[in-house]
Amino acid sequence: MVAEHSVKKNFSVTLRVWRQAGPNQPGKFVDYPATDISPDMSFLEMLDVVNDGLTKIGDEPIAFAHDCREGICGTCSCTINGKPHGPGKGIATCQVYMRSFGEGDVIVVEPFRARAFPLIKDLVTNREAFDKIQQAGGFISVRTGAAPDANSIPVPKEDADLAMDAASCIGCGACVAACKNASAMLFVAAKVSQLGLMPQGQPERDKRVLAMVKTMDEAGFGNCSNQYECSAVCPKLITHDFIARMNRDYLAALFRSNFKPVSGASDGGA
Amino acid sequence: MNLLVSLFKTSIGKKFLMALTGLVMVGFVTGHLVGNLQIFFQPDRINGYAHFLQALGPVLWAIRLFLLVCVAVHVWAAVALTLESRAARGPEAYAIKKWLSATVASRYMRLSGIVVLAFLIYHLAHFTLGVAQPGTFKTALPEWKMLEDAREFGFPLAAKGDVVHDVYSMVFLGFANPVVSIFYIIAVGLLSVHMLHGIDSLFQTIGWRSAKWSCLLRKVALVYCIVYFLGNLAIPGAILTGIAKPAVGTYAAQKLAASPAATSSAVQP
Repeated sequence: MVAEHSVKKNFSVTLRVWRQAGPNQPGKFVDYPATDISPDMSFLEMLDVVNDGLTKIGDEPIAFAHDCREGICGTCSCTINGKPHGPGKGIATCQVYMRSFGEGDVIVVEPFRARAFPLIKDLVTNREAFDKIQQAGGFISVRTGAAPDANSIPVPKEDADLAMDAASCIGCGACVAACKNASAMLFVAAKVSQLGLMPQGQPERDKRVLAMVKTMDEAGFGNCSNQYECSAVCPKLITHDFIARMNRDYLAALFRSNFKPVSGASDGGA
Repeated sequence: MNLLVSLFKTSIGKKFLMALTGLVMVGFVTGHLVGNLQIFFQPDRINGYAHFLQALGPVLWAIRLFLLVCVAVHVWAAVALTLESRAARGPEAYAIKKWLSATVASRYMRLSGIVVLAFLIYHLAHFTLGVAQPGTFKTALPEWKMLEDAREFGFPLAAKGDVVHDVYSMVFLGFANPVVSIFYIIAVGLLSVHMLHGIDSLFQTIGWRSAKWSCLLRKVALVYCIVYFLGNLAIPGAILTGIAKPAVGTYAAQKLAASPAATSSAVQP
């Protein structure tokens, strides 16, 4: 009985998808019917079905980014009905199921929009700007050699938990897509805090936050208005408290860097 | 990078300047309101207080200059951040835009800010420079002779018998004009809304906000903004509705008695 009731009938929706052949080309919305859709299909599987149909009739399939399809890689990136990653809280586009929609719904699918995420094709955007920010300081420098003893560096449990929360960022860019200013503050804050909370991250803490924010500014992201749309769409529910933490860290690093005595030694190891 | 250059150039630096100047201005408007509420006491109080401020001379100018710099930096940062953010949004707008967590006050910061700036200019022209409504400006009114010593927390502001500007009458006559009063009320209303997001926001920008007390912070900001609005509503509101009448013997009382349907044209000397 339970099984019978839990099975919803297949249904049909209309997809209104942003189609754009390439960068700097004009784009427009095109409607596609998606018929006989199982409510247990994921949103991306539904797109696969629609694309199969388009291929059969010789049309260009809809280009969309996807990889793991289990919410851990951060590749999928659609704005569905005005919300990055679509309906639901704490999930990526690949974790959206068609049961979130109803018969006859018009589903508007757009790419993540931001100047720093230039469009490649249809729903696929180039999020390399995030890689550049990471390369500017999202790491710790460790000398090679024998691995240190496990647990030789004590880390308070609260710090480890908080660092893990920040580290759960999958770099999908939904925070940028949701922000009316296309600000990358939540992403950068998560990456800065993840290392800044750990003892291993301390030696480069000031340098890291200064460099990552500088790269963020140069990449053409906007400025934070403290409206917290970013954390509302984050598939990993990363809190905007990390933004406050980064602001504090950044200002402290900026002041410290200006009053620190300068060593006569040049950069680089001995 | 040089500290000042960084503050003016980077995104977080600009936001920090915005927060800091905003904090200064929140402090100023609070003190300004408390000082102005003395209008409801005897004329000696506000006239003595105004005389004291005027007598500060170079110190007053230093404070004025500092506040003007704060306003300028705040407005500059707002314009610079807005232009950058507009550019960052990219060439195509979303077809569907949803608000998920942004407070109503935060969505209208630019609008409320622009109206408050226009109000600030008018307010300075009205009560500081005497360009708007020059007929009721303090220098155009008969001077006030202090009836008693004016003191604030034991600190002498003006002595008995001092001849000072009649700010008391200027305020009563100025707010007798309904258009002016209503503009004041709308502007302080929008300023309260502006501060509601501003206060919450400045703590985040400086880095002194977290989930542990963000709820309390929002409530404190809300209570502050409501009290601030009511305090500011009281001055033009009470004068316009006639709840507060100028003290007997003041110039404002004579003028308003001569023209009960008080308008600015009726109170021209």
